Amino acid sequence: MKPPRFDYRAPQGLDEALDLLADSGPDARILAGGQSLVPALNFRLARPSVLIDINGVAELAGIDDQGDRVVIGAMTRQREIEVSEDVARAVPLLHEATRYVAHLPIRTRGTVGGSIANADPAAEDPAVAAALDATMVCRSRRGERRIAAGGFFVDVLTTALEPDEMLVAVEFPRIPSGAGAAFAEISRRDGDFALAGVAAQIALTNGRVTDARIAACGLGPAPLRFRNAEEILLDSACETEAIEAACDAVAASSDPHDDVHASAAYRRQLAAAMARRALNAAHTRAGVAA
Amino acid sequence: MTAPSPDGYIGRSVPRREDRRLLLGDGSYVADLVLPGMVHAAFARSQLAHARIVSVDFARAMDEPGAAFALGGAELAGEMPPIGGMQVTAPKGWADRVDHRITLPPQNLMASDRVRYVGEAFAVVCADSRYAAEDAVEAIDAEFEPLAAVVDPEAAASPGAEIVHPDIGTNAVAELYVEKGDVAAAMAAAPHRVRRRFRHHRYAAMPLECRGVAAEYDRRTDSLTVWSSTQVVHWVRKELAFALGMAEEKIRVLAPDVGGGFGGKGHVYPEDLIIPYLARRIGRPVRWVEDRHEHILNAAHSRDNIHDAEIGFDDTGRILAFRDDFIVDSGAYSPVGAGVAYNTTAHLLGPYHVDNFAGGTAVVVTNKTPNAPYRGAGRPEAVQVTERLMDIVADTLGMEPAEVRLRNMIGPERMPYEVGLPYRDGVPMTYDSGDYPASLRRAIEEIGGVEAFRERQDKARAEGRYLGLGLGCYTEGTGVGPFEGATVKVDASGKIVVSTGACPIGQGHETVFAQVTADAWKVPIEDVVVLLADTSTLTMGYGSIASRSTVTSSAAIGDASDKVKAKVLAVAAALLEASEADLELRDGKVAVKGVPEMSVTLREVAAAAAPGWLSRRPEGSEAGLEATSYYEPPTVTWAYASNAAIVEVEPDTGRVLVERYVEVHDAGRLVNPGLADGQVKGGLVQGLGGALYESIEYDEAGQLLTGSFADYLLPTAAETPPIEVVHMETPTPLNPLGVKGLGEGGAIAPPVVIANAVTDALKPFGVEFNTLPIRWQDVRAAFDPAE
Repeated sequence: MKPPRFDYRAPQGLDEALDLLADSGPDARILAGGQSLVPALNFRLARPSVLIDINGVAELAGIDDQGDRVVIGAMTRQREIEVSEDVARAVPLLHEATRYVAHLPIRTRGTVGGSIANADPAAEDPAVAAALDATMVCRSRRGERRIAAGGFFVDVLTTALEPDEMLVAVEFPRIPSGAGAAFAEISRRDGDFALAGVAAQIALTNGRVTDARIAACGLGPAPLRFRNAEEILLDSACETEAIEAACDAVAASSDPHDDVHASAAYRRQLAAAMARRALNAAHTRAGVAA
Repeated sequence: MTAPSPDGYIGRSVPRREDRRLLLGDGSYVADLVLPGMVHAAFARSQLAHARIVSVDFARAMDEPGAAFALGGAELAGEMPPIGGMQVTAPKGWADRVDHRITLPPQNLMASDRVRYVGEAFAVVCADSRYAAEDAVEAIDAEFEPLAAVVDPEAAASPGAEIVHPDIGTNAVAELYVEKGDVAAAMAAAPHRVRRRFRHHRYAAMPLECRGVAAEYDRRTDSLTVWSSTQVVHWVRKELAFALGMAEEKIRVLAPDVGGGFGGKGHVYPEDLIIPYLARRIGRPVRWVEDRHEHILNAAHSRDNIHDAEIGFDDTGRILAFRDDFIVDSGAYSPVGAGVAYNTTAHLLGPYHVDNFAGGTAVVVTNKTPNAPYRGAGRPEAVQVTERLMDIVADTLGMEPAEVRLRNMIGPERMPYEVGLPYRDGVPMTYDSGDYPASLRRAIEEIGGVEAFRERQDKARAEGRYLGLGLGCYTEGTGVGPFEGATVKVDASGKIVVSTGACPIGQGHETVFAQVTADAWKVPIEDVVVLLADTSTLTMGYGSIASRSTVTSSAAIGDASDKVKAKVLAVAAALLEASEADLELRDGKVAVKGVPEMSVTLREVAAAAAPGWLSRRPEGSEAGLEATSYYEPPTVTWAYASNAAIVEVEPDTGRVLVERYVEVHDAGRLVNPGLADGQVKGGLVQGLGGALYESIEYDEAGQLLTGSFADYLLPTAAETPPIEVVHMETPTPLNPLGVKGLGEGGAIAPPVVIANAVTDALKPFGVEFNTLPIRWQDVRAAFDPAE
């Protein structure tokens, strides 16, 4: 469990980092928090030619509340999200989901940008980005691209990022007034990758659902957004029948896999169970918020 | 400083003397050793479960920067004998009583002509760093011709199966059968009979520190020093001396600090022999530190049984006949032979009186990692069968599980109780002491009582919540022989120096043996020096396996101390011009009884006993204050426990939440109650891991699917429920201190206790949990109507 040989660069600024990335070819990898990449290196599953360590690029870290949205720098540690009152207020879904990300030491190193760019299908941050249709701000020496979550996550560990592009920030929309958010997850042990995790945000006006956002991790090759389940809830009062129909839709639209931890069929059952918990909690909170 | 108390140190929770160095970072493990000129070894391990080795070429590997030496299994096989066949003994009393056929496969130190499991080493490379060694291993060009993988142990034993060891000609390498009474007749006559199949899955010791070996060869003296993270330094030395053709005294084997073992480091592994061989062959120190992936692949796995059991009983729940036939999936080799398998048989009857019993065993080889003892060593499998059956009998008759157990339990008035089977040491099993019914009643009381629980359970069910109560009782042979050694001396400083064959892996041996010695000598505990896990301090030792060290080392220390004390009294009598009968040991001195001012210190006695011109020892007595004893226990002492747990299962997820877990444990007199409590609790957490989380999984091709801690799930603090341990202390009459072993106890019962609790919770759905581990998806499925 020792990595094969690689070159190591530690740029101190974003432009320098982007130059290195552009000049290093497709086998370069960016090292952010390292919580997924370093184990992959040690198992020799990742074999980069160059490791570009961006931990020294100060301008990539930080939480910026811009009113209608919160811009989170790619190098912002997940622990900073967990303890941020701004995030708790403006993007409560992200705040709650972060508590399910592994363990404290991992959240202390792990970054929001790293989790989203790594696109592990069982990871929480991508599911939240999908639910809220967050905007990925991507930079290369060629310029900047803004990619909506719906077009960003392609497949298992695969995103729309080009080899010379770096995710530099993620823009999460502020929760509307009168909306409630909740994240529900089940994993084998506390802090493990999700067997099923569901992110939900529901906005109510006069008791009727005016906006519903439901996405999941652990239930497909990429974070899934459940538009059909959202449609079911729109205009409803979140009565039991509507919630159950939405949960059924989530289960039916899931595309889980079999492994040593759970069968696909069981994961589908968990999808419904987690959707029920998340939707009920989001609805209750929306009621409180309204 | 812990002041000597008039009552002595035994029975007090003396703080661990090991902790200061460990907590200050002054501990030292194999991975901390840096020897001048040292190279690092990495093994090339098979990625196929079963294949013929066509060729192994090191040309590219040796071109890697830093590569120093490479060796294949075929060449090594010409230099060193196989490891099999030297580790197992079948004592006469056992061999005469148990029908057995055992043909254990020899294990080459590295695969030479065929690989038999994923992870089996077929070559080794030494290089300037572990990084370089792994790069070189990757550059080995090896060609294999795949063979059919034997994965399912039942299929392995069937005609037509691919044979793992063609020289043996069958995959069923051992068969055992033992019977008491007439089980066939009693079963036929029983008013009720139930049969069930039970599966106990494969899981393994996962110490925080993986294995590791370092070795240095001294050409001038033709001697080897070997550091191994092992539980058996003397055993390693014995096998090394044999394999390398060296005198034992030319080899020193030490275990430095060891970060856990749990039985997984309790036998000699190929790497224990290969690394010293390499050090001698290439003339440079060699260190190999097993990484976690290697550990999961290659260190011994355990459990992995399939049981077909039948039990016959009457209307009152009285057990009349019990038969269990089981298969042990041994993996590719059988490092400790049929010992674990028979351990299962010997523990099937537990605390119950059953007149008619039979146990039949087949040990089957497959293309998996070898199976060897892990904490519990065959007992969790036995206890799963017996204790599930107790619940099934209760369910069949509509009785409370506790009632069925109490009805069949051996009462204290029947102690000592002859079981009617031999133990694996060859001696007829005799439960020596204890009160089994009292232990079960206490466990039930601690968990809050059966009736109160049933009320709560009914109320919860009405609310759609599912609670279950699980019980589990067992007996455990501990402190097994064949022997343990100890050397005790009073050195010139007057300190008591004790060395014994025990190899600590975290239990607190240095503290416990200091307590035992301080009491034997009536000295402050600070005046006791304890030397462990170093062959240079003791001629013959056995090691720390099988819950034995407190029992066997303490007895050897006591016996050697008696010999030295006699000498001390004789010398002191001469110095004090008093009669030996009037002398006593007190506070590090020898004093005349009732006349405390008439005394000599142990330092003065040591000086007087020394050889030479200044010696003042009595005429005719030998110089020095030193003796060695080898304690050969008459047989095992029987610890036992009763367990009770309450679980809740979530209907929408099947998640099992353990609300509370209680174990009432009796290991005789406790030398250090705090350490005993910690040991039992640690074992319970491992047992809960086996019940709910830990599982080694293979696919049909024999590929390991759980090769890291992302997939092999150890319970963490977050998964650990509130655990209470109650200690009963019934001293055993079998040794002077009245101690029984307790290293393994905790790990034995939780798998079946949780299985019983979950089955109880789901009683309305009529689902039994007879397969381990308990998987949430199976619990969830129980809530769905049958298809």
